[in-house]
Amino acid sequence: MKALAWHGKNDVRIDNVPDPKIINDRDAIIKITSTAICGSDLHLYNGFTPGMMAGDILGHEFMGEVVETGKGVSGEKLKKGDRVVVPFNIACGNCFFCKRDLYSSCDNTNPNAGLVEKQYGYAGSALFGYSHTLGGYAGGQAEYVRVPFADVGPYKVPEGLTDEQVLFLTDIFPTGYMAAENCNIQPGDTVAVWGAGPVGLFAIKSAFLLGAERVLAIDRFPERLALAQEAGAIPINYEQTPVQDEIRAQTHGMGADSCIDAVGLEAHGISPDAIYDKVMQVARLGTDRIHVLREAIMACRKSGTVSLPGVYVGIVDKMPMGAAFGKGLTLKMGQTHVQKYLPKLMGHIQNGDLDPTFLITHTLPLEQAPEAYKIFKEKKDGCVKVVLKPHTA
Amino acid sequence: MSINYTPNTNSSAQTADLPPTATITGKGGHPNVSDTERVISGVAGAVIAGYALTQTKNTLGTALPLGLLGGYLLYRGATGNCPTYTALRTGTGQQTDSKIAVIPEGQGIKIVKAMTIQKPASELYTFWRNFENLPVFMKHLEAVTVTDETHSSWTAKAPFGQTVSWDAEILSDEPNKRIVWRSLEHADIPNTGTVRFEELSAGRGTAVTVSLEYNPPLGMVGAVVAKMFGEEPGTQVHDSLRRFKELMETGELPTIQGQPNGVLGRNKTEGMA
Ligand SMILES: NC(=O)c1ccc[n+]([C@@H]2O[C@H](COP(=O)([O-])OP(=O)(O)OC[C@H]3O[C@@H](n4cnc5c(N)ncnc54)[C@H](O)[C@@H]3O)[C@@H](O)[C@H]2O)c1
Ligand SMILES: [Zn+2]
Ligand SMILES: [Zn+2]
Repeated sequence: MKALAWHGKNDVRIDNVPDPKIINDRDAIIKITSTAICGSDLHLYNGFTPGMMAGDILGHEFMGEVVETGKGVSGEKLKKGDRVVVPFNIACGNCFFCKRDLYSSCDNTNPNAGLVEKQYGYAGSALFGYSHTLGGYAGGQAEYVRVPFADVGPYKVPEGLTDEQVLFLTDIFPTGYMAAENCNIQPGDTVAVWGAGPVGLFAIKSAFLLGAERVLAIDRFPERLALAQEAGAIPINYEQTPVQDEIRAQTHGMGADSCIDAVGLEAHGISPDAIYDKVMQVARLGTDRIHVLREAIMACRKSGTVSLPGVYVGIVDKMPMGAAFGKGLTLKMGQTHVQKYLPKLMGHIQNGDLDPTFLITHTLPLEQAPEAYKIFKEKKDGCVKVVLKPHTA
Repeated sequence: MSINYTPNTNSSAQTADLPPTATITGKGGHPNVSDTERVISGVAGAVIAGYALTQTKNTLGTALPLGLLGGYLLYRGATGNCPTYTALRTGTGQQTDSKIAVIPEGQGIKIVKAMTIQKPASELYTFWRNFENLPVFMKHLEAVTVTDETHSSWTAKAPFGQTVSWDAEILSDEPNKRIVWRSLEHADIPNTGTVRFEELSAGRGTAVTVSLEYNPPLGMVGAVVAKMFGEEPGTQVHDSLRRFKELMETGELPTIQGQPNGVLGRNKTEGMA
């Protein structure tokens, strides 16, 4: 089959590889009908995530049709012909964490858990197509994929919904939703969201679903700010407007009730702290650029919440811990527990509360994935979200 | 590994940073090791280091199958001298469950590791008590043969296709609670240990605790050699317990062996920003 493989920094290629096979009893093989490129894939593409090997197949936002199931998957759970979306995190359904709906903390799916334990103390779940540190599982920017623990993750798509309507349930919709839910939004709240990329845009929509009165959207790309505005947010272009002053003004001097960092470790910036981070990262003295995290902590009102769907991987520098402590902030973060949110969010899509297709700007055959990565990385051509079709030829 | 906060992610870079001889000769804490042994161990260490590098290239993340067994075998191969443990006071005194005297005073390495597993103690005990099941989740074991109610023969893997073996007997067996064993005379690696199963309150599962004491080959040098390759004493026990948990909770062991790749996986982590 054809698959998109990582070969190094800024180097991804379409390779011909063997088709995946059932390895364990609880596996299934899925024929992929749609698969997307995520901001998280850019952290791999840009070389910021350790544990990558040349030849690794990327992709963690995919859906399709079940073509085979292992003998440990009961027909009631999943069978040949089912059309499913597949959560990006791999969860066993049996462990302490899965039983508490904390699927991205699953104990039992990462064969390389020891590597993570050395860095983090304890290891979370494996992810598809996201480095050997996080399991080394081949991803879904491919024609077929092997899905382990297939009786837990894949979620059946109800009749009458298109791929485009449900594809983002695999990651970015639940991620934006969990980011907003973590803010514990109360009537009258103002939520500030950094990053109007796919995750930020879903966070904005979700904040409104959860009752936010106002949402402020911070980015620099006009087309992304325009989408944020269409979703009901007040756009702030950080290249033109001083962010802290603007948030203070917009909240009548109080600060944002909660702040969402939907940017993560590759935050762009022009201020001295952002330039310092960039220098440290390039010189490999630091790993994560936390410019947005600093801004979010500073802009948050006392006793507010800072929610981080944006990914961090290592050690941060110049973290305003005193401000977070002094204001009594709550910090919430982590990989999304996708499985937990699927029934509810599928319901929102079916009811028409939210149409997830609004951010798709590019639909391309899988063969063009290498170009698509370039376009998405550089935010060229108004690119917000790319959907790839592996079986168009 | 170029990212400074993850020094352990890439074991090959780790070992490459460590000159094996320096680590051994520099250890003031092991005065029992003779100069000759140091040199031999150093050479052995270098060989294993080379082996470690070729291993990690293809199997990033799978534990290095090196460590204490490798040090032992290389020593035995290089010198033709097989250390015997006739001095061991096997079967005498000190009947505590963690230390039965198969190991000379002051020489053993003791490891205690625990894992909480979401299964009833009875189920976990039953699986473990059939020792022939153990190689399924203890990667370093080749085979266990149960010979009678209390006796069994064990074979463990070692580098270069070699093996080490020992016979063991059960000293105490409390169904669903505790198993205590020790190795018998002429064991390649004298060892003794306990595994306990304790159900926790509030539905938090069963705590499985392994206490193990073994006499490292070459005495402490073996342990030092083992440590050099990232195999802390205890890592193997911890990894085995984790796999036990995975198997008991989910019915299978997570793996990526046999999945498709692009070009043959070559470790490119070094090239990353
Ligand atoms: N927690 C999870 O489970 C999870 C899941 C998916 C994605 N993520 C993470 O969410 C983040 C965003 O993903 P995405 O797909 O939207 O990525 P994206 O690259 O499309 O969007 C990031 C946006 O952040 C903006 N940005 C950069 N610097 C900024 C700054 N200083 N201030 C304001 N905005 C700034 C960029 O202009 C861009 O629009 C990434 O870190 C990704 O890894 C996390
Ligand atoms: Zn994603
Ligand atoms: Zn689990």
